[in-house]
Amino acid sequence: MRQRKIGEVILDVRNISLSFGGVKALQGISFDVREHEVRAIIGPNGAGKSSMLNCINGVYHPQEGEIVFRGEVRRDMDTHHAAESGIGRTFQNLALFKGMSVLDNIMTGRNLRMKTGILAQALHLGPARAEELREREFVEHVIDFLEIQAYRKTPVGRLPYGLQKRVDLGRALAAQPQVLLLDEPMAGMNLEEKQDMCRFVLDINDEFGTTIVLIEHDMGVVMDISDRVVVLDYGKKIGDGTPDEVRNDPEVIKAYLGVSH
Amino acid sequence: MFYRENGQFKSSYREDQQILGIRQDRWFIFGLIAFAFLVVPFVASDYMFRAILIPFLIVSLAAIGLNLLVGYCGQISLGHAAFMAIGAYAAYNLVVRFPQLNFLLVLVLAGLIAAGVGILFGLPSLQIKGLYLGVATLAAQFFIDWVFARVKWFTNYSPSGSVSTAPIELFGYKFDSPVERYVLVLAVVIVFALMAKNLVRGHIGRSWMAMRDMDVAAEVIGIRPMYAKLSAFAVSAFYAGVAGALWGFVHLGSWEPAAFSINFSLNLLFMIIIGGMGSILGSFIGAAFIVLLPITLNQVLPPLGALVGMNFGTAMASHLEFMIFGALIIFFLIVEPLGIARLWAIGKEKLRLWPFPH
Ligand SMILES: Nc1ncnc2c1ncn2[C@@H]1O[C@H](COP(=O)(O)OP(=O)(O)OP(=O)(O)O)[C@@H](O)[C@H]1O
Ligand SMILES: [Mg+2]
Repeated sequence: MRQRKIGEVILDVRNISLSFGGVKALQGISFDVREHEVRAIIGPNGAGKSSMLNCINGVYHPQEGEIVFRGEVRRDMDTHHAAESGIGRTFQNLALFKGMSVLDNIMTGRNLRMKTGILAQALHLGPARAEELREREFVEHVIDFLEIQAYRKTPVGRLPYGLQKRVDLGRALAAQPQVLLLDEPMAGMNLEEKQDMCRFVLDINDEFGTTIVLIEHDMGVVMDISDRVVVLDYGKKIGDGTPDEVRNDPEVIKAYLGVSH
Repeated sequence: MFYRENGQFKSSYREDQQILGIRQDRWFIFGLIAFAFLVVPFVASDYMFRAILIPFLIVSLAAIGLNLLVGYCGQISLGHAAFMAIGAYAAYNLVVRFPQLNFLLVLVLAGLIAAGVGILFGLPSLQIKGLYLGVATLAAQFFIDWVFARVKWFTNYSPSGSVSTAPIELFGYKFDSPVERYVLVLAVVIVFALMAKNLVRGHIGRSWMAMRDMDVAAEVIGIRPMYAKLSAFAVSAFYAGVAGALWGFVHLGSWEPAAFSINFSLNLLFMIIIGGMGSILGSFIGAAFIVLLPITLNQVLPPLGALVGMNFGTAMASHLEFMIFGALIIFFLIVEPLGIARLWAIGKEKLRLWPFPH
């Protein structure tokens, strides 16, 4: 059993509607996320799960609704503000920086904290060097945690898919987010890789107390690691509750569990 | 088995962060620099300095600047010679109007003015990408060409439209002979190349590369596209401005606006395509290639023609030059977008394993 206690609501999504032209990706979605919990979002393909995450960290701007993060009410988020206030993110389709090494990819996660100016950087002055070393040390912890020490200097493009997913997680983790949005972190992985990834997600949640919002198709994984589950279907919310509640919800069974896998 | 990091253990992150991680690389570069300063000045001819070494070094600097923008930040500029023109004319005006200024300060100020203009012409990059941005930077080229041809104030009302400069004086010493000018340019270029290398391995360089590789992910991690792109335009134009001032003062001595035309801009692009996108070393390789190829062809073709009983004139040489450039650019764009620098890196990787196949 995991040792952590779930706290107050940290993220509250209220009545979010988002459409692309005629496509209504999200229709009046509301749910909340409590501090330190693992919150899953499930639903069939095209249900609007990724769009939901994109609204939370400001990649998409919903036409209606508001997002409350740590007590601050906003009409919509912008990416920089979201990153700065502690929302991290991984991507469904790998979005790594292809031309950079594993180390550099994860180092970008520290960019927000690196403030030395262009001149200090160009001249490699003391403060610039000290800053680089300090952040490098933190990133090395992330690399150790994810067990990718052997690939530090490898260009990410050369890594197998499963490891790339890990680097993606590492980059988000390096920013020390309060809330981590994970978009299908285990998609396309074999059983062993999935187990590793599950362990990382739970450890992040356990050791750092990071709140996790997770999109996942593998129902076994969802049932195992999440505290509460939101179910989306065609842009509408059709279920919300503990894994057991959701599993036994007739509407969810009809819409989701029935059609897939 | 001789070229490798074997036995060179890195015991701290600081050591690991050195620019040239492998000792042999470090020796090679130090050796090259020492050679350039201590040997070349005594053995090269005036012709070598004037026609090859000085222009090579200066265009390398401009190519580094363009590479920071295109190769590292993934933006495009088809009008980079225009920023060189800004640097050259800014330096000219500073020298004419404030003759007491130290020339090194003039260089920096010329670079800063070019950087300001670079930011201005970088603004479209916040809205548009790729081809459209290319066209916008082309507009910069034509606009700046036009300004220096038409607005007489910039050329100090010289009747012909061309401007000329006196030899550079620094701390009472006149850099007049080709070898003196070469040493001056060499020192400036090495300092700026090192600074560029420092920039690209720090957080600013990473923000550029992140924008280049995946802009949405870069934003999500907290990198501001505006800051990343405009700083790349600024630094890139700064380098071009300094290179332009050197080109005018040290290489040409006197020049007219056509000296910084679209042809020059395209040549700079060819340099980084052939030499290697996203590589400081590649900028030098590409510059060497573009400077040396026409000269080599001109030297080699006539005797070669005589050998087979044909007369290859200079016209033939310049035709061949175009064909070779064209073929190489297509080759590198399709087969190896990271240029000769990448081929070099692959070669080194092989060398590290040699004599074993794997
Ligand atoms: N940028 C966009 N432009 C236009 N339509 C979009 C865009 N992003 C998402 N959509 C549409 O919104 C709907 C929801 O897409 P979304 O990617 O959020 O689904 P999802 O639940 O993540 O699906 P999957 O399980 O396949 O990842 C889909 O119909 C999709 O086509
Ligand atoms: Mg999705």
